[in-house]
Amino acid sequence: MSTLTDTDHGVRRPPWGWLAVGFGAWIAAYASLIPLADAVIAVLGLTRATHLGEAIHFFFYDTPKVLLLLTGIVFLMGVVHTFVAPERTRALLSGRRLGLGNVMAASLGIVTPFCSCSAVPLFIGFLSAGVPLGVTFSFLISAPMVNEIALALLFGLFGWKVAALYLALGLSVAIVAGLVIGRLGMERHLEDWVREMQATQSAAYESATPTWAERIDAGVAHVKEIVGKVWPWVLAGIAIGAGIHGYVPEDFMVSIMGRDAPWWSVPAAVLIGVPMYTNAAGIIPIVEALIGKGAALGTVLAFMMSVIALSLPEMVILRKVLKLPLILTFAGVVATGILVVGFVFNAVL
Amino acid sequence: MKNIKVLGPGCANCKNTHALIETVAKAKQIEIQLEKIEDLQAIMSYGVMSTPGVVIDGKVVHAGGVPPRAKVEGWF
Repeated sequence: MSTLTDTDHGVRRPPWGWLAVGFGAWIAAYASLIPLADAVIAVLGLTRATHLGEAIHFFFYDTPKVLLLLTGIVFLMGVVHTFVAPERTRALLSGRRLGLGNVMAASLGIVTPFCSCSAVPLFIGFLSAGVPLGVTFSFLISAPMVNEIALALLFGLFGWKVAALYLALGLSVAIVAGLVIGRLGMERHLEDWVREMQATQSAAYESATPTWAERIDAGVAHVKEIVGKVWPWVLAGIAIGAGIHGYVPEDFMVSIMGRDAPWWSVPAAVLIGVPMYTNAAGIIPIVEALIGKGAALGTVLAFMMSVIALSLPEMVILRKVLKLPLILTFAGVVATGILVVGFVFNAVL
Repeated sequence: MKNIKVLGPGCANCKNTHALIETVAKAKQIEIQLEKIEDLQAIMSYGVMSTPGVVIDGKVVHAGGVPPRAKVEGWF
């Protein structure tokens, strides 16, 4: 193999042909979801009229559907990420005022690549470039909470309306929480070494503009990384959902998390969510099971947001840069936002 | 001999990056001095915001994720 030409990024042509083939295959697969599920139960000699048939049909329809959606969206986001490096986001947000800055920060949080292990470098990088504290928080809340995996899974499992609502409400929580933290003027609760760093601007690293071939590579790499890690969770979630779909009647969940549950069910869901720490993919099986058992959507979404956005391990990491009062304020403001989301959702739907 | 530093607070991708550079250097039989920088203040002093980052002889050459193997090979 002529490895030299294969790895020479300067001259490699983007694999547009493969991309077109992949896109065509994706469309074809998505279009044949129902025939496939029908075929599976036909081969097994079952009909959808039986519990077992219905459960198996649900499993073989939902699993490929969710995995297809996930692959498609994760690929697109992998490509989008190459356009919005954190350095670029920082440059866009630098010197912005509260208000518009928060809206931009929360929106950029969706498309900027983010991993919770780089939360702290990112946080300091933003502050040292003159991004206001409140705007930085809007980004830091939105980035993990409103991400493509959560949206893709909600879209696949519960439809686009639930996904859109999650998107809108997640953004609102990030924007409002950032605004509140900014208004409180809590800069003095940053750790001292962070404030010193804010004064001394360090030279930022600028990466070279990637080629289209590299952008597509990045999309493929993102799919391998995310879908490769997430698929067992998706499978488990849908299997649980299928079991419920076919058999379990709505039961005690309705009384403690359902629509007519006592008012404290939303705060309780948020509280239970804080010590739990998992990513969007890990929480989906639980969400699927809760909704399948008749829990109210607002309560479940509040629980999901709390698990993803408010986690003890992340607070421990942030403690390196924030003093305790600021951490508590951050947790309090975000928790309040999530509570409002839960209550509003339950009231409206 | 090249001095290579992997910047990152010990996340999975930082370890993968460290291992990848080690493997590639070994495959090409190049001797390198490989270090892990896990201290946040030290990481920040390189102006890197997304980890893992890679520094070769004091110059940042990569940041934000595990570098593709081809890119690592290009460094040697």
